[in-house]
Order: sequence, then structure tokens, then C-alpha cells
Amino acid sequence: MAGLYLIVDIDGERIAVTASDVESVVELDTLTPVPGSAPHILGLSALRSRVLSVIDCRTAIGLPPAKEPRREAMVVNIGGHPYALLVDRVEDVVESAGEPAPATTLPSPNWAEVSRGMIEVGENIFLLVDPAAIIEGPSRRAA
Amino acid sequence: MDDLIDDFIAETRDMLEAIGGELVAWEANPADRERLDAIFRFVHTVKGNCGFFDLPRLETLSHAAEDALAEVRAGRRTAEPYLVSAVLAIVDRIGEIAQALQTGEAVPSGDDELLVAALNEPEVAALRREMGEESGGEARAPVRSIRLSVDLLDRMMNGVSDMVLARNELARRLRETEADPVLEAAFDRVSSCIAEMREAITRTRMQRIDNLFSGLPRMVRDLCMELGKKIALDVDGGDVELDREMIEMIRDPLTHIIRNAIDHGIESPEERASLGKPPSGTLRVHARQSGNQILIEVSDDGHGIDGDRLLKKALAAGIVDPARAETMTMQQKVALVFQPGLSTAQAVTSISGRGVGMDVVRANIERIGGIVDLDSRLGVGLRLTLRVPLTLTIIPALTVTAGGQKFALPRSAIEEIVRVRGDNVRIEGLGGARLANIRGRRIARVSLAATLGMEEGAPEADQMMVVLKPAGSGLYALAVDLVHDHEELVIKPAAPPIMATGLYAGTTLADDGSPILLLDCSGIAAAAGVELDAEEINAPVEVAEDVREERPPVLLFRGFDGKARAVRLALVERIEDVEAPAVQMSAGRLRVTIRDAMLPLAGCERAPEGRTRLLRLTDGTAELAYAFREVIDIMPLAAEIHPAIDAGEIGGVALMNGEQVEILDPYWLFATHCGEPAAAEAPLTCALPSGDAWMHTILRPILEQAGYRVVEAERADPAEVDVLILGDAEDVPDPAVSGKLLRLRSAPDGEEGSIYRYDREGLLSALTARAAVRGQR
Repeated sequence: MAGLYLIVDIDGERIAVTASDVESVVELDTLTPVPGSAPHILGLSALRSRVLSVIDCRTAIGLPPAKEPRREAMVVNIGGHPYALLVDRVEDVVESAGEPAPATTLPSPNWAEVSRGMIEVGENIFLLVDPAAIIEGPSRRAA
Repeated sequence: MDDLIDDFIAETRDMLEAIGGELVAWEANPADRERLDAIFRFVHTVKGNCGFFDLPRLETLSHAAEDALAEVRAGRRTAEPYLVSAVLAIVDRIGEIAQALQTGEAVPSGDDELLVAALNEPEVAALRREMGEESGGEARAPVRSIRLSVDLLDRMMNGVSDMVLARNELARRLRETEADPVLEAAFDRVSSCIAEMREAITRTRMQRIDNLFSGLPRMVRDLCMELGKKIALDVDGGDVELDREMIEMIRDPLTHIIRNAIDHGIESPEERASLGKPPSGTLRVHARQSGNQILIEVSDDGHGIDGDRLLKKALAAGIVDPARAETMTMQQKVALVFQPGLSTAQAVTSISGRGVGMDVVRANIERIGGIVDLDSRLGVGLRLTLRVPLTLTIIPALTVTAGGQKFALPRSAIEEIVRVRGDNVRIEGLGGARLANIRGRRIARVSLAATLGMEEGAPEADQMMVVLKPAGSGLYALAVDLVHDHEELVIKPAAPPIMATGLYAGTTLADDGSPILLLDCSGIAAAAGVELDAEEINAPVEVAEDVREERPPVLLFRGFDGKARAVRLALVERIEDVEAPAVQMSAGRLRVTIRDAMLPLAGCERAPEGRTRLLRLTDGTAELAYAFREVIDIMPLAAEIHPAIDAGEIGGVALMNGEQVEILDPYWLFATHCGEPAAAEAPLTCALPSGDAWMHTILRPILEQAGYRVVEAERADPAEVDVLILGDAEDVPDPAVSGKLLRLRSAPDGEEGSIYRYDREGLLSALTARAAVRGQR
């Protein structure tokens, strides 16, 4: 079955997220920090009268911090709570004709934690990641 | 049981609606077998259900109709028109009775026998038709109601909360743009629509607390049987409404408290007799609304909590160290009951468990933003008060700034707000820890910024301290840089990774659209290492209380006329914004409508224009609103007050903040605006015949307004009744009260000894005379 995927850029890696999981793509305004929370929780942001919990994907996955400020985020709803996942760049929405398949090579441990296989789009392949796993953040490694 | 009856009524009504069409069709074509079957099923179901409840009239009616219809179905009778009419009449009557049961009105009295007889005798049917025409029975307007799923209500509530937030955001955007009166008027309209909507939807989720109380009599009875105790249960305030979710959250804690009271609190009849108490114990469960909170009081006249015994146990269990035990007040000892693993019961019983208990009760109540208060008197009884907010989603909160960021604190946890100033409020060091010495009382001082790992935004001496009492037990002072405003905030649960910090209870949006975190007061204390229950360090409590009497905190504000005024903070229930139309001159004084409540309004001469800010003041029972322009500060009352020359709204003037500040005289305010005609100390009890509509709809309000208690004559205890009021023709129900009779006649002229019923003066003076007589007795 063909599916739509959102392609985003995190630390130079182009990865895919199932488009139906993503409510919208937003540019984040100001952030309200949440003191005392895990490092990957960047803070709170208001979106149309809702409070989004903003997650830094790089920190959550265990990648080095970004050098440049970023503002693009994808909004997902997990367990009834809205989250904004901050990425380096939102690229495109693509359609894949095939099913997600297990990754042909083993990604690095950080990526392996959040990946759910890969998808093929034309000539390219993308790592498919699970937003819920990103939100859990580094805590899942401790568990 | 009530629930079941409600279900039954709702089901009956649904069925009635569903077969409405069938009835008409059957009347048009009595030979229609399908219609006949549908109606048969209806009466059959009603009959079956009635047997379950004690509803003899419904049962007789449905049974008779079922029999008749069964014969038609079996072909032994034909559906003659008179039979059809008779069945329809019975179905109508079933509907009437069901409706009366639901609305609690008197069940329509009536000729049920006639209806039943009409099934078999055409003449009776005709006779009945004539009677019906004569009496011209008025058609009762049907109660319009539908059943809805709770999920849908929840979704609506969420939707409205979002709407409120969206409106706030829009308001902010509007403020940023050029003022356009047309736009603002439109926005105001939207705003008030949303407010109304929110109110209505909040109401749909409200349930009478009866739902919670209805099971108590049975529970108490069963427990008494099991334990061989005698207890009179006194339940009051069942009509108090609160969010149904809250009701569910309170159910277990309340059950637990009541089990405890019966099992451990109230003694056995023999024991009570030996103590000189009446053999039967009393358990009172009272609910009432106080501002935005519901108070549920559970009190018993048992032996209370033995603080010393608790302390012994706590020492044995190593919960309290001996040094501290020396200094504990009785209050603190009693509060040990909230410690996990302690129970006063000497024996573990199946009723109230084994030491799990009060700690769990308190945790559950706190989780919903409530508080548990204990008032124990050894040998005399125990009173537990649960204070819970009306709803889970909208709570009164105080916004503060620390480390450059805004936070919200639930108001239910706030004791007072103080500023470091003079000798009254000092900060002391103790082995690296900081203590706040507030009027001689030392409590742990926690810096919010430091606890959250942020930079302090202001020097220690400039910070405000919010004294928090998160659990009905321990106090601590939370130091913040700034205190802003009391607001009602729409709280949303925070995402799990944020809740995992244990520091926050939820999130909300400020008027400027930025997110605000609601702090979890217990969590902050735990993170800061404050040992709750233990922080109140041996300061001479009595002295502190005395000092407090002299210098209570006051709210400094600017009145409508621009003058600075102050009112004791303890009187301020909260601050409200109302639209101008909510204020009206009615019945001789200004009044303001705030949601369901109508309060006398002081602080302005005539109805103010535009949005108005109000202080909601309370003396514990009565409430009044005071219009003002802006809040200036919260500070201790000046030591020196110059009394006013004449008694009035202003009791005196003081110099505060370098400005003359008028101090409101709360006594005058409440006496003037909330005072009611003084009633005799114990109100006179008037008994009215329950069947007399005039008495209940017209007379009763006047009596109650005058401070008399009104009871129904048929149900009253004759000894309690002071005056029995009857109309001309009504018989004295009980000879025991004939001496207390006061007759009202309906004609202006009439026999001596009775009073014309519209002679208000005469009536009230007759009652006053009776009260005086009783007073002499």
C-alpha cells in the first residue's frame, strides 16, 4: 500500500515519519523553559491556544547539539498530549509505493533506538523513525 | 436505589417517546397487529420494572393494560374503540406518573380504578371521558431532557476550555492592534457568549453530591450491624453540585473516612454508656459550597484521635525522633495519622484496614487539588474536612515570577503572602538552610528559583514569600521574585515527560498567550528537601497567633473613586471581573450576578460602566462584592489606625506606603449589605400543611426571609413546632399542636382570632409575639 511520509533533516540525516502521525509543521516562536525536566525537553510553546511540549530531536536521539538556531518542528499527538518535535529542517512530503522494510544495514545505536525500518522512495531510501520513541528521550536507554 | 429509579424513569420515557407514533397508528387502525405488539411490549416492560420497585400504581395500571391487550392478541377480544381509548388513557397516565416521579412533584392523584375499569366497560369509558372534559385537565409541559454520553460532555468541556484559551489569545492580538471600537464590541460579545457557554457546559457536568451520599445510610447500617454499634447518620447538603469527575475522585476517600469513623471513632454502646455518652453515636456528613470550593465535613462524637498514642507508635516505628517528639504540639501529633504506616486502631479489622488509610486518603484528595483538615478532640469527637475545588479543569491560581519566568500556584495551597519587612518578617540562617521568621513563627524558606535550578531574579530581601500549606499539614515559605495576580486558569495536564519531574501539576496559558507551568506545591517542597510535617520548628505558636491578630495582612487597592483602601486579606475570597450588565439596581440595592450567585455590591454608588473588577468578600457565611479599580499590594496592616468619626464603610485610616489608606470596616459592610431582619436566636419553627400550595409558594418565602424555619406540618415532630399555620378550612392534624395554631383566612373580613392572609404586618407581628412567648418559656 502506498503511504505518505514526511521527510525531515536531523543532523544531516534525512529521515521519514509517517505523515498521518504528523498533525502539522510549525515554526516555533518563543519557548517557555521547563526547569528541572529532562534535557531533551526544550520547553513549552503555545500553538493556537494549545500548549505544546517541545522536544529537541537531536538531544532526544543522543546526537550532538545543533550549531544554528532552528525553528521548524512537526506537531504530533501522543497519548493525548501534543508535542512539537524540533528538527533541523523539514524537507518534503513523499509518497512511497512500498511497505516499510527492515533496514538493510544496522544504523548507529542512537538511530536504532528510534527507527522502525526503512522506506524506499524512487531511488532514495530513508530511515523511518517513530515519534513516540523520540519523545521518550534518553530515558528509554536507561530503562 | 435512586439511580435505578432514575434509570427506570428515563427508560420509560424513552419508550413512551418511541411508541408515541405506534399509539396514534393503532388508534387509527386497531387491527394493526404490529402496533398492538409494540404497545403490549411497552406495558409488559413497565409492569416488569415496577415489580422491582415499589410502585403499586404503575404496576396495577400496566398489569391491567397488559391483560386486556393479551386477550386482544389471543383473539379473545377485538380492539373496540373504547378499549383503544382506555389503553391510551392508561399509557398517558403511566407517562404522567413517571414524570411526577422524576420531577419529584406530587404524583397526580387520580381515578386509576376508573381507568382500569374502562378497559372492560364501555359505559365507564364514556363516563370517564365526560369527567375528563369537565375537569379539563391541563396539559403539563413535558420536561425536555435527553440522555447523553459522558464522553461527549467531556469533549464539549475540552472544547470550551480551548475556546477560552483561544479567546484569550485573540484578546491579546486585539490589544496589539489599533483600538477599533466596532471590533472590540464584537469581540466582547463573543467573549460573553463563550463565558456563558463555559458556564452552561460546566453545569452539565455537575452532579448533585447526593450521588455520593445516597449509599451512605446503607453502608452505615451494615457496618453498625457488623460491629454491634449504634449510629445515627445525619446527612446534609446533598443538593450541593460538583463536577462528576470530582465526585468519583472523592468517593473512595470519603468511604474510607466514614468507615474509619464508625470502626475506630465511635465507641460501642456499652463503652459510650460508661462514658456518660448517649448509647447511639452520631455521624454527621455535611457538604456545602464555599466560593470555588466544596467543603465536605465528616464529624463524629466518638473518642477522637489519641495524639499521644500515635506519637508512641510513631516513635516505635522510627518515624519521629525522640528529640522532636518533645516539642510537638497536639495538633502535630494528631497529624501523624497522615503518616504512612501508622494507624490508631488497636486491632486490625476487616472494616478499615491495617494502617493503610489516612495517608492514602490525603494523597487522593491532594491529587485533585484538595485539602484534608483534621480537628480532633480526645474523648469528644473528630471532625475531618475535605476541601475540594468545584472542577478539575479551572482552578483559582496565583501567578508569580521566579528566575525571570512566570509560574502559577494553586490558591487552595496558599496561606498568605508576605514581604521581608522590618522585624515582622525576617530571614534567618540555620546550618546552611534558610528559615523565614514570620511574626515569630519559623518556617522553612524555599527559593523557587534555586529549587528549579534558575538564577535568582531579585536579592533575597526584595523577594516576596508565599506561605504554602500543601497538605493540611506542613507550612513552608516559597520565595519568589514577584507576585502578580489571582486568576482563574484553565489547567491542562502536562505531558508525561514534564509530569515526570514531580514539580508541576499542569500547564495553562497566560492572557498574553505564553504557557505557564502550574507548580505542584508538595513536589517543590520534596525537591527542596523540606520535611513536611516537621518544618514548623518549635516557635512559640501562641505568641505568633497574638502578633498575627495585631498585624493581619491586608489587600491594598484603589477604589472606584480613586482612593487607596485596604481590606483584610482573610476576608477576600477572590477577585472577579464582571461585565457591566451583571450589575443592577434591584430590590433597593446594587447587586451583581456572578455565575449562580447574586451578591450585594458595595464600593460604588451606581452601576459602573464597562468591565468591573470586584473583590469578593466573605465573613464565612455571607458574601458581598466590592467594586474597585486596581490592586496595589498585599502587606501587613499598619500598626497605627486612626478610627473614623462616624461608623460607616470606612472604619479608619492608616498611613501605608506613604499614602493615606482607608481601611474598610467589614463589620459595617456585612451588617449593612448582608444583614437580614434580626431573627430570634433560635428561629421559630413554623409548620405549614404540605398540601397547601399558597402557603408554600407565597407564604413560605416571607417566613424564611424573616428568619423562621419552615417545616411540613404532617411530618414535623409536634414538640419542635412553635407555630402551626393553617388556612380557614384545614383540620388540625395533631391535637398536640392545637395550642400553637395560627389561622389565616382568605377573606379580608372574618372571625376574630384569625388573620387575613395578605396582612403581612399582622402576620409577622403575630409571629413575633409567639416568639416572645416562647422566649419567656
